[in-house]
Amino acid sequence: MLQGYQSWVFHSQPVILASSAVGGPFEAQGALADDFDILHDDIWLGQQSFEKAERLLLEQACDKAIEKAGKKKDDVNFLLSGDLMNQLISSSFTARTLSIPYLGLFGACSSSMEALALAAQLVDSNSAEMVLAATSSHNGAAEKQFRYPTEYGAQKPPTAQWTLTGAGAALVGREGEGPRVTSATIGKIVDMGLSDPFNMGAAMAPAAVDTIQAHCRDLNVDPYQYDLIATGDLGRVGYQIAKDLFNDHNFEIPQEKFADCGILVYTERQAVQAGASGCACSATVTFGHFLNRMRSGELKKILVVATGALLSPLSVQQKESIPCIAHAVSIEI
Amino acid sequence: MSNKMKKSLSPAQQKYQVFAKVREPSRPVLLNSFRAFIVGGIICTIGQAFQFIYMTFFNFTEVTASNPTVASLIIIATILTGFGVYDHISQYAGGGTIVPVTGFANTLVSAAIEHRSEGYLLGVGGNMFKIAGPVIAYGVVSAFVVTIVRFIIIELGGM
Repeated sequence: MLQGYQSWVFHSQPVILASSAVGGPFEAQGALADDFDILHDDIWLGQQSFEKAERLLLEQACDKAIEKAGKKKDDVNFLLSGDLMNQLISSSFTARTLSIPYLGLFGACSSSMEALALAAQLVDSNSAEMVLAATSSHNGAAEKQFRYPTEYGAQKPPTAQWTLTGAGAALVGREGEGPRVTSATIGKIVDMGLSDPFNMGAAMAPAAVDTIQAHCRDLNVDPYQYDLIATGDLGRVGYQIAKDLFNDHNFEIPQEKFADCGILVYTERQAVQAGASGCACSATVTFGHFLNRMRSGELKKILVVATGALLSPLSVQQKESIPCIAHAVSIEI
Repeated sequence: MSNKMKKSLSPAQQKYQVFAKVREPSRPVLLNSFRAFIVGGIICTIGQAFQFIYMTFFNFTEVTASNPTVASLIIIATILTGFGVYDHISQYAGGGTIVPVTGFANTLVSAAIEHRSEGYLLGVGGNMFKIAGPVIAYGVVSAFVVTIVRFIIIELGGM
């Protein structure tokens, strides 16, 4: 149900029956390796191309989530999936394998929460019994499409981010045990005129701030009511800017409860410049790490704000600025 | 920020860009330049060593030794790229590994490897010069311009 200007409240509180996170070798060395269900030691996953490897990651995440919930593919009404590849090939080819009625979503790295919000909305509005929300990204495939060949020796600036190799999925249903999706805020595009694809954190920070403030305004909640407010992939640069923007707006946000998935997922020793990014960044951290912490009772109420930079290689070359978006989903247990 | 860019930005955008700029870590230009100097210098020294070897142990003169020297550096860069090492050296060395001929080899080989999955013809063949292409195109154009300038100066009796 619409509340306020851009938020949905899910009165039936759809349940996340099960969730999964799949990662690559670099994620296996990361700070949250224990929260991944499957970790691969080969970036190619034994496939012929990075694109096929990404598809396999997504398929495994979907299968794992369905399996963990003790359900069958036929029980799932819809698959909502997004990725970074042109024409959403990873999602569409995965949907072909799963043969579940499918809607492809593109919100760049915000796709994870876009999918989860829509999945909850479908269940809440009685349009579905069970919906699978999934996203994936692959470092090699994303670098190839958006930047340079992976082995090309271009020096990255300290503001650059590392696209996470992995996939995350969450199975949302009407009844059952588990964390519940209670509300969502759909973000609007914020474009502050930044055009550097190696500095997406700074471009996305205002979008994250805008959505968090809209969420609190629409639902009339205080940031202090959350145990954790996590942005998707602002990285160290964008995270700091977001914190300072809240200060600048006189909007109080508890510092110790404000985190960023892109900073959490890797260790200090891993050379990822400002942090992680990619559709799978917020997906694996939320559907793996955060939900595990909720199930263990460590966290009761969280707000995940997945941020997306909606650029294309073409728009960057044509000197367009980067339109950014953020979608927030609140999860309670 | 250029004035043209500034004009197309709203006051709020301009204000934010200033706000964000001071919070972004800037590229460590001095350190990068120093590393580029050291690593670039090492590559040139290796090249020089090759030249001496070809001149001392094989039948090459100072002029003719340059061809096998360049070829040796290209082969080394190609192997390092193939084993996935070159990009890590480059992240450290920056311009030091891009400017020498090894960097040029890296652009070709990395693009060729990357697009192998799209086939030999359209994948490798079509994309091999994706990064190196502009260097060749503008290299030829600037060589042409320089030649014209030189020709005119000679014709005017300047040299």
